Parts: sequence; structure tokens; C-alpha cells
Amino acid sequence: MGHGQPIATTRCASGVATGKLAVWWVLGSEIVIFGGLLACYILYRLFHDQWSVEAAHTNTLCGAINTFVLLTSSLFIVLAHKAAEEGAHLKAVKFIYLTIAGAGCFLVIKAYEWSGEITHGFTITKSLFWSFYYTAAGLHALHVIGGAVIMAIIAQDVKKKRHMHRVELIGLYWHFVDIVWIFLFPLLYIAK
Amino acid sequence: MSSDVASSHYIKIWGILLGLLLVSICGPMLEIKWITLLTAFGIAVIKALLVAKHFMHLSIERRFVTYMLLAMLLLIFMFFFGIAVDIMMPRGHNWEKIHLDVPASISPHH
Repeated sequence: MGHGQPIATTRCASGVATGKLAVWWVLGSEIVIFGGLLACYILYRLFHDQWSVEAAHTNTLCGAINTFVLLTSSLFIVLAHKAAEEGAHLKAVKFIYLTIAGAGCFLVIKAYEWSGEITHGFTITKSLFWSFYYTAAGLHALHVIGGAVIMAIIAQDVKKKRHMHRVELIGLYWHFVDIVWIFLFPLLYIAK
Repeated sequence: MSSDVASSHYIKIWGILLGLLLVSICGPMLEIKWITLLTAFGIAVIKALLVAKHFMHLSIERRFVTYMLLAMLLLIFMFFFGIAVDIMMPRGHNWEKIHLDVPASISPHH
């Protein structure tokens, strides 16, 4: 470790900075987690025609708005990454906060959607479809919360023009969260 | 790529993603099954590839990173086809799926 810098910033044995490589590995393991869940969902969905009746009760409008929100937040975080690369730290912070706002907006819509569904009796124990629905969307929402918290921490450093490379790292994670939702949206809201 | 050009490139990709989102929402309105599958899942794949290529910059990342992610996807496909028989087939050479009638008193539907 040189000059007090974290080793992840300076070491680059594989041609990819260690911190960034670690994020790619995290994303690789996330592919297996979400992939396994979605693979099971697809298999059961193909076998159980009655799931389309259950899926008819999901709120497509909320799902579509949330997709728009996540795609837009993905744009904000990639613009934050660009600003950080250019050394424009305040601009980067502004875009990180906009991304966090996107995460907050996503969660508020999700809370509204879920409270409506739960009120109408569609709880996690109602049927296998709703168990998958709440597990998949809930696990994804936990990732959104985790991402927002990490972004808030990184924003504090970026404000002081420190650890600017971390904007790219959280960006990679955030785009992955976006990609997971891109697949959840048609599975849970469109295929009825 | 200059700063403004890079920004407009990202905004262009975002616009395309929103356009694709609109198509995936409108597709099922035709109520034709294969169009629904194509517009919902085909477009999801395209959107995911666009995000990976342009926002995550996977196309300019070291090649082994792409291979690593593809290896994970391969594991998922192995898992999928490995368990598909158990879930989707009603019977095999030495087994048969038994359907149990759940009494109404303990069924979560009631």
C-alpha cells in the first residue's frame, strides 16, 4: 500500500483494479442468486397456468413507473461516474444524490404497491406465486436500499474529492440492480 | 470522447431504453402470446445488453470479466435444465408426481 491509499486503488495484477475486480465478483455471485430465483420462478410459471390469473393482480403501472425510475437513476449514476473521471467532484455528488433520490422514489412506489396488494389479501402466504413475487421483489428492494446507503457514504468522500474511483464501483453495482429489475418487470408484471 | 459528446451518448442510450420500455408495455396489449413473449423478454435481453455495454462499459472492460459473468450465467442454465424435469414432468421412469388434495381448513387460499 503506497501513500496511505487503499490497496484496491493501486494494485492491478489482473489488468483490472482490485476494487473493481471485487465488484465484478460480487456481481457474478449476484447473477447466481437472482438467476437461481428467476429460473425457479420461470419453471413453476411454465408448469402452473393458473399463475397468470394470480399475476393479473400485480400493478403494471407501478412496475412500469419503477422501471422508468431505475433506468433514469442508471443514467444519473453513469453521469456521476463521468463527472468523477473529469474531476468535477461537486457535479458527481449532485448526480449521486439524484440517483439516491431515484432509489427513494422506487421504494416509495414499491411500498404503495405492496400496501395495496396486502390490503387486498395478496400476502406472501397466499400462494406460491405471491411467495415468489414478494421474495424476488423484496430481495431486489433490499439491494436498492443497500445501494442507496453505500452511495450516501461514497458521496461524503466525493464531496471532499476523496476516493473518486468508488463512484464507478457503486455505478457498476447500481446498473446491475437495474438489470435485475429489467428482467423482474416482464416476469412479474407483463406476462399475465 | 469529449465531455458533452459522452453525456449526449448516455442520454441517447437512456432514450432508447425508455422507447424499448414503452414497446414492452404496449406489446401485450395486442394479446398475441408470441408477441407478448417477444416484446417482454426479447426486449428485456436487449435492454440488459444496452445497460451492460454502454453504462457498465463491459465492451471496453478486460475480456476475462465478460467470460466470468458468462460462466455464472452458464451455471444458471445448467441449474435450470437440471431441475426442469423434476418440476415440469408429471412422471418419469421410476417415479410419478403425486398431487395432494389440501383440505380447505389448512389451505392458504381459504
